[in-house]
Amino acid sequence: MEVPYTVKPRLDTGLYNSKLGIWLFLASEVMLFGALFSSYILLRAAAPSWYAGPDVLNVPIGTLNTLILIISSVTILLSWTSIRLNDLKKYKLYMGATIFLGALFLFIKVYFEYLPKIDHGHIPSENNFYATYYTITGLHAIHIIGGLIVNLYFLGPGLKMYNKEPERFCNRIETAGLYWHFVDIVWIFLFPTIYLLPGS
Amino acid sequence: MSNSKNIKEEINQYIKIFIALGVLTVITVAIAYIEVGKMWIAVLLAMIVATMKGTLVAGFFMHLFHEKKIIYLFLGITLVLLCALFFITFGSVYNQVGEIEQGVIKSTSSYIH
Repeated sequence: MEVPYTVKPRLDTGLYNSKLGIWLFLASEVMLFGALFSSYILLRAAAPSWYAGPDVLNVPIGTLNTLILIISSVTILLSWTSIRLNDLKKYKLYMGATIFLGALFLFIKVYFEYLPKIDHGHIPSENNFYATYYTITGLHAIHIIGGLIVNLYFLGPGLKMYNKEPERFCNRIETAGLYWHFVDIVWIFLFPTIYLLPGS
Repeated sequence: MSNSKNIKEEINQYIKIFIALGVLTVITVAIAYIEVGKMWIAVLLAMIVATMKGTLVAGFFMHLFHEKKIIYLFLGITLVLLCALFFITFGSVYNQVGEIEQGVIKSTSSYIH
């Protein structure tokens, strides 16, 4: 059975189905991260004391990772524009760059942040600061891994669709891009909230 | 497929937004090292810059400035529910004059060093 409205938009919504689907999914993701952020605020507001982010977290590393994610947001857009221009070589280049940058983000996160902290005994059970730090950044990292799996699929086996249904493939890349940008937005709010706010 | 001239204009716009996001990231970090005195000012400044960055990504990279009405409807409902989530839970730790009821989260806040 063929899935309807994968290329042409539905008359009632004005959108192809997967675009509407990804926005609904992202709306649910807003609530997921919203619940974690509100829990963070509540824990912090009611706590007698709280660490200053810059005193215990690595701000230069966090800033570097912010820039890496922003660049990857641009490269995934460039992969989408390349495929719309039927430039398969550039598509592969930019999608490959997006995957590399996503993997680099995770490597920096684990190697320069999680592992040194764990070595020093700063684990989630130490206090609420580290519990919220690991929970929120960990969930964000899981989202990066999910995005990497999807992007790897579109660079590898999923690319076959381009030969038969190029417009449908373009729409898939746009949808994957929307998810990737959302993950970027989460980090944009997460970074100042956890890494940069002063202590109390 | 869209025509190539429009796509090239799009790319130029993405590059400009990227530069703006880079500058705002530097500002975000710089603000953190400025002594603003009160906590609420630090939070407000950090959230203003983060909101500006988030708006640029959502508006231009996710094309939200030129989307269909149904997406605005879904996101509008989400925003209302998100506000409800934040303010209903705040009501459980703040009393009627806006002071924090310290005892409410005592069992968890006792872990803080």
